Amino acid sequence: MNRKELLKVENLKQYFPIKGGIFGRTINHVKAVDDVTFTVYEGETVSIVGESGCGKSTTGRAILRLDEPTDGKVEFNGEDIVSLSKSKLRRTRKDMQIIFQDPYASLNPRQTVRQILNEAMEIQNVVPRSERNDRIAELMETVGLKPFQADRFPHEFSGGQRQRIGIARALSVDPKLIICDEAVSALDVSIQAQVLNLLKKFQREFNLTYLFISHDLGVVRHISDRIIVMYLGKIVEIGDKDSIFKNPQHPYTKALLSAIPVPDPDIKKNRIILKGDVPSPIDPPEGCRFHTRCPFVVDKCRSVSPELETRNHMKKGHQAACHFIEEIHSGEHEATRDLRNVRQES
Amino acid sequence: MITYIIRRIFQLIPVLFGVTILVFLMMHLTPGNPAQLMAGETAPPEVVERIEKRLGLHDPLPVQYVNFLKKVVTLDFGVSMRNSLPIIDELRPKFWVTIELAIYSTLLSIFMGIIAGIVSAVRKYSFADVAIMLVALFGLSMPNFWLGLMLMQWFSINLGWFPPTGWGSPGQVVLPVITLGTAGAAVIARMTRSSMLEVISQDYIRTARAKGVRERVIIYRHALKNALIPVVTVTGLQFGTLLSGTVLTETVFAINGMGRYVIDSIMARDFPAVQASIIVISIMFVLVNLIVDISYRYLNKRIDLNG
Amino acid sequence: MGKEENILSVKDLQTSFFIDDGSEVKAVDGVTFDVPKGKTIGIVGESGSGKSITALSILKLIDNPGKIKGGQILYKGDNLVDYNERKMRKIRGNQISMIFQEPMTSLNPTYTVGEQISESYKIHQGLGKKESKRKVIEMLKLVGIPSPEKRIDQYPFELSGGMRQRVMIAMALACRPEMLIADEPTTALDVTIQAQILELIKELQDELGMSVIMITHDLGVVAETCDYVAVMYCGKVVEYADVRTLFKNPRHPYTVGLLNSLPRSDVDQEELIPIKGTVPSPDEMPTGCRFAPRCPFATEKCHNELPELEQIGLGEQIRCWIYTDEWTGDPEVKVYEP
Repeated sequence: MNRKELLKVENLKQYFPIKGGIFGRTINHVKAVDDVTFTVYEGETVSIVGESGCGKSTTGRAILRLDEPTDGKVEFNGEDIVSLSKSKLRRTRKDMQIIFQDPYASLNPRQTVRQILNEAMEIQNVVPRSERNDRIAELMETVGLKPFQADRFPHEFSGGQRQRIGIARALSVDPKLIICDEAVSALDVSIQAQVLNLLKKFQREFNLTYLFISHDLGVVRHISDRIIVMYLGKIVEIGDKDSIFKNPQHPYTKALLSAIPVPDPDIKKNRIILKGDVPSPIDPPEGCRFHTRCPFVVDKCRSVSPELETRNHMKKGHQAACHFIEEIHSGEHEATRDLRNVRQES
Repeated sequence: MITYIIRRIFQLIPVLFGVTILVFLMMHLTPGNPAQLMAGETAPPEVVERIEKRLGLHDPLPVQYVNFLKKVVTLDFGVSMRNSLPIIDELRPKFWVTIELAIYSTLLSIFMGIIAGIVSAVRKYSFADVAIMLVALFGLSMPNFWLGLMLMQWFSINLGWFPPTGWGSPGQVVLPVITLGTAGAAVIARMTRSSMLEVISQDYIRTARAKGVRERVIIYRHALKNALIPVVTVTGLQFGTLLSGTVLTETVFAINGMGRYVIDSIMARDFPAVQASIIVISIMFVLVNLIVDISYRYLNKRIDLNG
Repeated sequence: MGKEENILSVKDLQTSFFIDDGSEVKAVDGVTFDVPKGKTIGIVGESGSGKSITALSILKLIDNPGKIKGGQILYKGDNLVDYNERKMRKIRGNQISMIFQEPMTSLNPTYTVGEQISESYKIHQGLGKKESKRKVIEMLKLVGIPSPEKRIDQYPFELSGGMRQRVMIAMALACRPEMLIADEPTTALDVTIQAQILELIKELQDELGMSVIMITHDLGVVAETCDYVAVMYCGKVVEYADVRTLFKNPRHPYTVGLLNSLPRSDVDQEELIPIKGTVPSPDEMPTGCRFAPRCPFATEKCHNELPELEQIGLGEQIRCWIYTDEWTGDPEVKVYEP
């Protein structure tokens, strides 16, 4: 299938300086995103998952240039965003919207919903002024709110309703891509389901593309076509939904999936409990960044950084960054061998 | 922590430079020729000329400044225009009087302020709380020269408990310290109250309760240490107000301190004396701020992370 | 299911907040459940369901303007509602301990980890400095904190979220309580860290023979850790059952709705079936069944009359008209009945 590339991220790096010392110089960097490359095709939903500090939100912000990326290329619709001037960037932003986790913090509390939506359309100048009120009423109905509620202030709505307003604002400028940064994480499940269904419906109706940033793998499984797993600023695995959930290759992905509690008391999972905490992104480990917590670690992992690769037993487009994908898969890796030997002896 | 202290001390250098430059320029920007002033209105131009030369007023400004700075570093502020005595000798005893007055008043502010603040916070909306906050508002809005006069009228003249003027004996200390410390106590009480109220609603206070800690211990051990963090900042800022307050207080109670010295020097257009006083007061203020910053850092260990 | 000894029985607990304008918010409005000795009971519900207030009520940690208005909290037969503050202090942290959601803010930032844990030994066992330090190190080791001799002198901000929650657990379990109340203990943590902490709580529970009340909004956590579950909605328990029954055979329309709207990581789902509408705000609380406005089966009766929490089957309780003889709606909806 030949699909159109909508967003292309190449070697994206986002380092934040740390000041310190007697003269307050930059003494180090937080390598929040370190050499990330991926492509999002039109009409699909790509999710970025990972735990706090993995760089998933930073990636989203860097794509929109909410923070200026340190290095790398972000191509949107064939246009390099990183090199755009501010005024051109503003025009391009019409096509790229973002919805945040906390809808309340991202809505001006002194503006009514009508003013918020009006302002968004004004800046992007998408709808002629005379038609705006009709458009607002239409938007309100689209996201499941009543048109008369447009004259209320954000605090008069519940959390789920505010998230709908956030979505309405994003939709008001007819974007092509919406980045959802933990957009449903703060919502209760019953409301979360409403919003997720809404997002799916809009995707079908308006041919939207989503970059969905989330730590909740249940939500991700439900909404995504493809999934990117990040750990400490790097992509460790990327693939379509089935590959990631049914045939995960990277030890981190496996551990992550096995760690999620499942709402079925009969499933007794073989849980891989990772030791320790995620290391600091200021001084990420040498070699493979996951080696400090990986159950399969050998010397090579501590010195050589693995590249994203597809092996024979993996589907096309499914890549993982681990030196021993095949060995672990076939049980020939020395760590798994050792484990088996121990079992046989005892 | 050590890095932080060193960095803070380094940061003082430009501030002190700024102060000396301002003080130096002040002499040159104010109308009136100091040499003329020293020589007297009717002095012949030659005399004025000679004095100008002696004072180095003919040198280019940067040279004058460097010379000025050299002297300041060795605490040589020159001689007073009024009596030709070295200023530093005149200043030293007055300086200690003011320091004593400032320290006692600050201690009073802190002591009264924190206790009142805690009582208010713990008994939120009670009679005690409302009463304390009213008194604090009163103390804050009352000009301290007026408070000083009232105290003098009542306790010295009517009741005869304390001597009305002077400084030195314990009895003489009481009224000026109350006069000067009241406003600070009021500010600290209000700050302590709001800070305590905020801390009491924190999660870790709930944790302490869930541990079975007694309410008193929660207030004085768990809450107070955290609540004091913003209070320290306010106390430091308060010290600046306090220094300016000494001018009025010393005048009202006829205390021979720096505040009065500044006023007298200004009145007499004794420029070197004014300069010296301002520099000394500025250094004091800067040092107090340094101490405040360091103790803030000590109390709030969280911000120590990045050295 | 045999008859088990209950270490704690909460009966018709009511906790309200009295607002300045004279109105009353019934945060907990008739909560009933039992905690069998050595077992874990989950209290699950969405925000505003009153689950956290229920937990705080058990230890009587409700602050003004909140108040326990009625009901009983029977701990080993004694009614804690009648206990005064002094008697409650002997229970808190000693017999019943609690850990909270935010490990970041639940530890005092100005005291070291060691100081905070040893306080429990000082209060409840009167131990001296040396003895309690030894015990603190022992405790830190127990909760899996590496090099405890070093950690003991660190401040909370020097620890990661997972480590802080371990410290919280060490502090809660310092005096070997008989019961632990865990209020969303892993909500603020990453999944791999959550797995560590849940595992730790389970291990310690087996080792110390504790009973646990697990308060959470995460149905996955419930399925994995709990023996019994109470589902709460708008301050009331709507369903109480053992964990298998609840997940395999949910009865209350709200429980069913929750399970249907949950996106799952372990299976593919065609679509989510959300519960319509939103949780009613306290000032427009329905007079009948609290869930009636969002319930797909609600009848006239549901809107007007509040159903009681009724026993059905063995040890299962449900608050819904469908499972009573008075049900007049569609008889087909009873399909959930075993």
